[in-house]
Amino acid sequence: MNTVFQQVDISHYIYLSTVLFCIGLFGVLFRRNAIVLLMCIELMLNSVNLLLTAFSTYMGDSSGQLFVFFIMVVAAAEAAVGLAILVMIYRNTRSTTVNFLSNLKG
Amino acid sequence: MSSLPIPFLVLSFLTILCALYVVSSKNPVHSVLALIVAFFSISAHYVLLNAQFLAIVNLMVYAGAIMVLFLFVLMLLNLGKAAEPIKSNAWAISAAISAGSILLILTAAFQRSGEQVYRNPSDSVGLVKNLGKVLFGEYLIPFELSGALFIGAMVGAVLLGKRDSGDHESAALAEEKGENA
Repeated sequence: MNTVFQQVDISHYIYLSTVLFCIGLFGVLFRRNAIVLLMCIELMLNSVNLLLTAFSTYMGDSSGQLFVFFIMVVAAAEAAVGLAILVMIYRNTRSTTVNFLSNLKG
Repeated sequence: MSSLPIPFLVLSFLTILCALYVVSSKNPVHSVLALIVAFFSISAHYVLLNAQFLAIVNLMVYAGAIMVLFLFVLMLLNLGKAAEPIKSNAWAISAAISAGSILLILTAAFQRSGEQVYRNPSDSVGLVKNLGKVLFGEYLIPFELSGALFIGAMVGAVLLGKRDSGDHESAALAEEKGENA
C-alpha cells in the first residue's frame, strides 16, 4: 500500500494551505469581534503549520516539524495573553468589539 | 496527476468548510466549535502525512487547551449572544478583495515557480523517536527558551487578568456610561 505522499502531490497541500490562510485573513479583516479575530489568527497559524509539515515530510527533513512544534508553543502563549487582554478590555468597555479601541489613532 | 485519494479530499473539504463557518457564523460559540472540528481534521492531515507526534500534540494543544480557553472566556463573559455591530457591505467587499488578491498572488507565484522535485520523501521523520533526537540535540536551546517564554506568558496572563483596586472604578464608570447611552 502506498502512503499518501506518494499519491498526493505537494502542490495540493500548498493550495489547501493557501486557501485556509486566505480564509483566516478575510476573517481578520472582516470580523469585529475580538474573540473571532483571535480564532482567525489561530486558523492562519494552523495553515502555516500544515504546510511546514507537508514540506518536512516530502523533504525527509525533521526540522520543519520541530518548527511546527515551536509555532504551537508561541500560539499557546499568544492565546493566553490575548485572552487575558480581552477579559481586561471587556471589564473596561463591557464589549469585545474592536471598534471602541481606536483611542491610539494618531 | 492521477485521481486524489478519498481521505485527502474529504479532509480538505471538511477543513475548508469549517474554516468558512468560523468566519461567517454570527454566534462566537458556533465559531469555536467549528474551529475545533477544523483542528481535528488538520490533525487527521498530519496522520496522513505520517507526523504522528504533531497530530497528537495538535489535538492536545489546540483542540484541548487553546479552544477550551476560548470557550471558557466566551462562557464567563456571557458573550454567546453578544451582538456584533452591523457592518456596511463596503467592509465585506474590501476584505474579500484583499484576501482574494492575496490568494491570487500566492497561487500565481506558485504556478510560475515550475516543477518541484523532492528528493527523499520519508515516512519516518514524524515519529517520536526521530523528532526527540533532533529536538533534544540540535534544538535544545530553543526548547529551553520556549519554556522561559511560557513562564513569561503565564505571569503576564495572570497579571493582566488580576483585578486591582483601580479596576473596579473604571468598570463601574463604564457601566454607568453604558446605562446612559
